Amino acid sequence: MTTRAMKGGVSQIHAEIARLASTIRGHALSYGLDPFDTTFELIKHDELNEVAAYGGFPTRYPHWRFGMHYEELEKGYSFGLQKIYELVINNDPCTAYLMKSNSLVDQKLVIAHVYGHSDFFKHNAWFSKTNRKMLDQMANHGTRLRRYVEKFGEGPVEDFLDACLSVENLIDYHSVYAPRKRRIDTPVEVQEREATVRKFQSKDYMDRFVNPRSFLEQQKKKIEGELARKRRLPEEPEKDVLLFLLENAPLDNWQRDVLSIVRDEAYYFAPQALTKIMNEGWASYWHSRIMTEKVLEPSEVIEYAEHHAGTLGTRPGVINPYKLGIELFRDIEDRWNRGRFGPEWERCDDVERRRNWDLKLGLGRKKIFEIRAIHNDLTFIDEFLTEDFCKEQKMFTYRHNPQSGRSEIHEREYDKIKETLLFRLTNMGHPIIRVTDGNYRNRGELLLEHQHAGLDLDLKEGRETLRNLFRIWKRPAHIATLVEGERKVYGYDGTKHSEEAAGAGQGS
Amino acid sequence: MVKKIEKDYSRFRSIVRGRIRKELKKYISRGELIGKVGKDYVSIPIPQIQLPHFRYGKNDGQGVGQGPGEPGDPLDEGQPGTDPGAGDTPGEHLLEVDVPLAELAKILGEELELPLIKPRGTRQIQADKERYTGIARSGPESLRHFKRTYREALKRSIAMGIYDEKNPVVVPFREDKRYRTWKVREIPQNNAVIIYMMDVSGSMGDEQKEIVRLEAFWIDTWLRSQYRKVDCRYIVHDAVAREVDQHTFYHVKESGGTKISSALQLCREIIERDYPPEEWNIYPFHFSDGDNWGSEDTRRCLELLEQNIFRASNVFCYGQVKSAYGSGQFKKDLDEHFGDDPRIITSEIRDREGIYGSIRDFLGKGR
Repeated sequence: MTTRAMKGGVSQIHAEIARLASTIRGHALSYGLDPFDTTFELIKHDELNEVAAYGGFPTRYPHWRFGMHYEELEKGYSFGLQKIYELVINNDPCTAYLMKSNSLVDQKLVIAHVYGHSDFFKHNAWFSKTNRKMLDQMANHGTRLRRYVEKFGEGPVEDFLDACLSVENLIDYHSVYAPRKRRIDTPVEVQEREATVRKFQSKDYMDRFVNPRSFLEQQKKKIEGELARKRRLPEEPEKDVLLFLLENAPLDNWQRDVLSIVRDEAYYFAPQALTKIMNEGWASYWHSRIMTEKVLEPSEVIEYAEHHAGTLGTRPGVINPYKLGIELFRDIEDRWNRGRFGPEWERCDDVERRRNWDLKLGLGRKKIFEIRAIHNDLTFIDEFLTEDFCKEQKMFTYRHNPQSGRSEIHEREYDKIKETLLFRLTNMGHPIIRVTDGNYRNRGELLLEHQHAGLDLDLKEGRETLRNLFRIWKRPAHIATLVEGERKVYGYDGTKHSEEAAGAGQGS
Repeated sequence: MVKKIEKDYSRFRSIVRGRIRKELKKYISRGELIGKVGKDYVSIPIPQIQLPHFRYGKNDGQGVGQGPGEPGDPLDEGQPGTDPGAGDTPGEHLLEVDVPLAELAKILGEELELPLIKPRGTRQIQADKERYTGIARSGPESLRHFKRTYREALKRSIAMGIYDEKNPVVVPFREDKRYRTWKVREIPQNNAVIIYMMDVSGSMGDEQKEIVRLEAFWIDTWLRSQYRKVDCRYIVHDAVAREVDQHTFYHVKESGGTKISSALQLCREIIERDYPPEEWNIYPFHFSDGDNWGSEDTRRCLELLEQNIFRASNVFCYGQVKSAYGSGQFKKDLDEHFGDDPRIITSEIRDREGIYGSIRDFLGKGR
């Protein structure tokens, strides 16, 4: 990354920001936050939009989709439709970009907000495995990709990159937290030897009784099944489809590298998608406290309030992660301060007693720090979204009404709200898809299996994605899924698409 | 310094324009920003290329929201085109903004790569305008051109040999005097009239009319950006045609049969009465679902077009809106009869998505 030269007036603004930042950092520390060292860069809107288009990494590899995002951001900005105030990069040291044209109050708010994020990045367990030198790593990716472009031409590299990006969501984001033991390859010979059933020692005439025929048969079958499983590729269904492709697809070295770049970055960005609600909630919670309790001048209150309200505003049909996050943290802090948790609280159905329930425990602060360290959005909502909270926040589920052609409020049932929300957060809202067979139909074809959980796949896009899988696997690619309750296998063999009704589950 | 993103951006634009990576063309969708003109929402198209993913499909119209309301209340009041499925995914804020029409036209032109319209060469309106650019030998003293007069006098005195360098006095005669005078300049003035015709027979439903309304809005916006003055006339027809005002045009509910010739006949009368083709750029637009009443009437239409309307207009545009009832026969008839005739453009509009493509069909030729 380039360091910007500071000149004249610019350095003055920078000095002002640096001064603000160190004050605000002081306040953050006094509350118990522990952010990374954070550097702030002041940049203009087009530069900020550029950085944002690259997902925060100005040195990222070249690709047209970044240009696409840039256009969207620039247009949105120039028509006054949207504006990015700040951008924080999960890196050590943390880098934050601030929009130069922000007013001073905005800058204060944004700096406080950034320290919230920075603390979250540092302490949330789901970020514990991310590469903290990602700025460097991304630059390396960029260099490598540019080299391939020079060597193999823009067309082929981009073409392959697009194919990889089309399947970038097929990763197993849990795998980084509990690395699976790699299978140890036992030589086939040993395996074959194992296939013979061991018998108990016995005299010949006793053999029939000590080692009954039926038992031997059964054991043999079991061992053969085991062997068959071992011969299968992969042995267990593999959710990290990208890894499977990396290890098994017949790729050129440069292609393998491109695929690994895409996979690396997908894993890097995954925790941010996993903790969007918490992360934004946490940062908003702290900017609100730091601003209102420490930093805000009386003359700035209105401007601050307006900006804060804008950030937390909700629209029907949209869950604003900032809003949901901050309200949940506040609710939890309050509940743990007053002891509104535990079996006794749960069991109590005396309205009057519940209303006045206050054990004066004062555990709120401790609890929210604990939560920010160990939860992700899914567990956060699962554990702490209560019925009272749903009511208070006027939450509802909506549904598309085909008759009116509009989305309508469906119900305000707590269970349903939670269920829908959790479903949305499961696997980051992506369908769960695993590789079950790399030698499908014994012809080296690829079979993926969609674990159907209520919603069908988009078939049109699915077919196109199969095309891209074919380009990587270089043999026909299939996906098994349920369509309106019926199991079907869709495939693409390089020239045409196929669709077969399939009976019971094949593979696992 | 050229920004790094510029390269990615121009590559993206090239893909969108179909110059490179043609296989990506099918993934292009029209994203949009919602803008506002007066009370109307307009969408500002932003082309996007979405790489395909395995993702949940259409029965995914549900989610969680937050706010007041009773079960059954609709969400997103007054925000057309927002994707209901996008519900609880944390989205970017779509705000409403007032966009000036001129700006909209510019965006439209850029997005659809519309060529600037070349007004018809010989039939431009000639407006006289007087400018004092000429020189005459006679005129009022108040318009005397001092410099030119002096020059003439100087030339003459040198020629006569009476010029004295030591005493360079030049006295102009009456013949030396030059006066400013005006010249008549012909300034082309481009006026245009759009004659919208719409089939409002029973088979055209509300959705079809809405499509026509949207399309007409964009056509209007574009043509207004290209001409100084644009008149609009509106004709609705079922079995008979009548001229109406704009409001009625979009809101009228009729039913009954369809005789397209009635509209073309009225269109012809309006042109003949009010818009001499030498002075006007004339754009007749006709929208229907393609059902006409009998081949007899279609023949009459072709006749009217060929003998009257083509001659008068820049280009005749026929937009066929797909409806559940329309057979779409009329477009076939037109295409069959006129083939690649440059005087007519036909376009089929399947749904709202198709509006952009159809605008490009109509206006992309620059006529």
